[in-house]
Amino acid sequence: MSQKMATRHAIAETLLKIAREDARIVVVTSDARGSAGIEGFFRELPERTVEVGIAEQAAIGVAAGLALSRKKAYVFGPACFYSARGFEQVKNDVAYTGSNVKVIAVSGGVSYGPLGSTHHSLHDIAALRAIPGIDVILPSDALQATAITQMLVESEKPAYVRVGRNPIPVIYEPQSRFEHGKGVLLREGKEVAIIATGEVVWHALEAAQLLLEVGVNATVVDMPFLKPFDQDLIVEIANRHERIVTVEEHSIYGGLGEVVLHCLAQGPSCSVKIIGIPDEYPITGTQAQVYAHYGLDSRGIQNAVLDFLQRMG
Amino acid sequence: MKTLMKKAIQLRMDLLQMIHRANSGHTGGSLSSVDILVALFYRVMRIDPTRPLWEERDRFVLSKGHSVEGYYAILADLGFFPKEELERYCRLGSFLTGHPTRKVPGVEVNTGALGHGLAVGVGMAIAGKMDSKPYKVYVLMGDGELGEGSVWEAAQVAAHYGLDNLVGIVDRNRLQISGYTEEVLRLENLAEKWRAFGWEVVNVDGHDLERLVGTFEKVPILAKKPHLVLAHTVKGKGVSFIENKKEWHHHVPSEEELRRALEELNRQLEELENDVSKDGYKTCNC
Repeated sequence: MSQKMATRHAIAETLLKIAREDARIVVVTSDARGSAGIEGFFRELPERTVEVGIAEQAAIGVAAGLALSRKKAYVFGPACFYSARGFEQVKNDVAYTGSNVKVIAVSGGVSYGPLGSTHHSLHDIAALRAIPGIDVILPSDALQATAITQMLVESEKPAYVRVGRNPIPVIYEPQSRFEHGKGVLLREGKEVAIIATGEVVWHALEAAQLLLEVGVNATVVDMPFLKPFDQDLIVEIANRHERIVTVEEHSIYGGLGEVVLHCLAQGPSCSVKIIGIPDEYPITGTQAQVYAHYGLDSRGIQNAVLDFLQRMG
Repeated sequence: MKTLMKKAIQLRMDLLQMIHRANSGHTGGSLSSVDILVALFYRVMRIDPTRPLWEERDRFVLSKGHSVEGYYAILADLGFFPKEELERYCRLGSFLTGHPTRKVPGVEVNTGALGHGLAVGVGMAIAGKMDSKPYKVYVLMGDGELGEGSVWEAAQVAAHYGLDNLVGIVDRNRLQISGYTEEVLRLENLAEKWRAFGWEVVNVDGHDLERLVGTFEKVPILAKKPHLVLAHTVKGKGVSFIENKKEWHHHVPSEEELRRALEELNRQLEELENDVSKDGYKTCNC
């Protein structure tokens, strides 16, 4: 995990590469070219870009209109605004209408760190999952983000893709393959399974390494697709483990943890601990500091797992 | 023109019956917008009911999605789907929901939440420019709808991109659900507002079919500008006891009210039949 890259840059670069061949691809943004890392697309293919200014509702509506005219429309902008300000447009103009719009929601979760809760999106999995007709995807590294971008271009279905802002370790290999709607078993252990999504997955992998040093062999699962959700994999994991710890950069309400619990409600019996952001506005700090404060980093995950194992006996 | 006028009266009768049968609907706004729809669908727009997704078609977006009954009645009349389906409007399992959806052949986008249609129309118009296609995009909005800030976001984008293939239409009936628009929250000076946003504004009597057709046929007047047709209308137009009554925003006509309304509209049809002065519009091909 030595190489680092921001997933937003991986998506932007991949999309530009594909767009050189696929004339149906267009990009819409709301004064977020820099933060989305999409300047290259604007420079090279300006005739296929639409800048709407600071107007997220217009961005989504315009993208829907483009998509209904046979374009493959990509909207790039901050997750906090597209999962809130433009949410009704995502619900009606995109998901309900069934227009082929992909929302690339950048700087998600607490990526903006000290800028505060106006700029955080810790509710987006819950909100977007409750809308029929749109996939909800959180890539865990640049290579997976690249693969998912390629996958999205082939699909006519709307999607909400939440990525972060900062460079994160690359955890996959260039030859890694991903399937739509499927989770990935990253590490096979036995005492406990750590199930994570998005940009905390590498922390989960690091935590597994730290746990191994104290004699705990943890399974690690990456769940990039929050919708459709790989229920079969969760049930299979639950069949083989007595304890599951979920990790997500999201509210503990309505996110990965609750989705896992939902899968287990009628399935195998298993104790579950959810690590996420509690029901409060996060403390001020960088993304790394906020992670550490709420136990989302590798050390925090390690401690939570040990505590969970001890407590459960 | 007489045929077109008769069509508008007939559609008013159809939509009132639909609302009565479904026990649901938006009577006032549907009646105020019928003539605008008739002008567009029977005379102005290039459409083909046998090919609803024909790429060269003109696009129509009903941003005031609640005025759906007249829209459905027209699409059925033109043959986009069988007329019998109108009898199932709002019934369990019907594809004719109380606000338009793309399940209905001819409908371009799911609407109903106000303030959405113009941005979608802007996207369609930008796509037309990107692909050098000659189609036009028409977006019908309510006047009360203009309270939504998203309308003005879209208006700015349209002006910035010089979308002269986009025609916004405001059904200016001066009433919204709570009362007069100017009392609920002042909208005027509407024409000046749209002009200030970079649009070319044309005022028209929204019930004068000849003028409506003429207006739509002459836009764009200016290149590289989106156009706004400010159609001055009467909410509930065509039925004396419904006109200009806020209560009729979504009041459903009772059996007796429907009977009286149809009687009035039938009388208008007869009068029109006997009025030779309306025979003269030679270019009408409807």
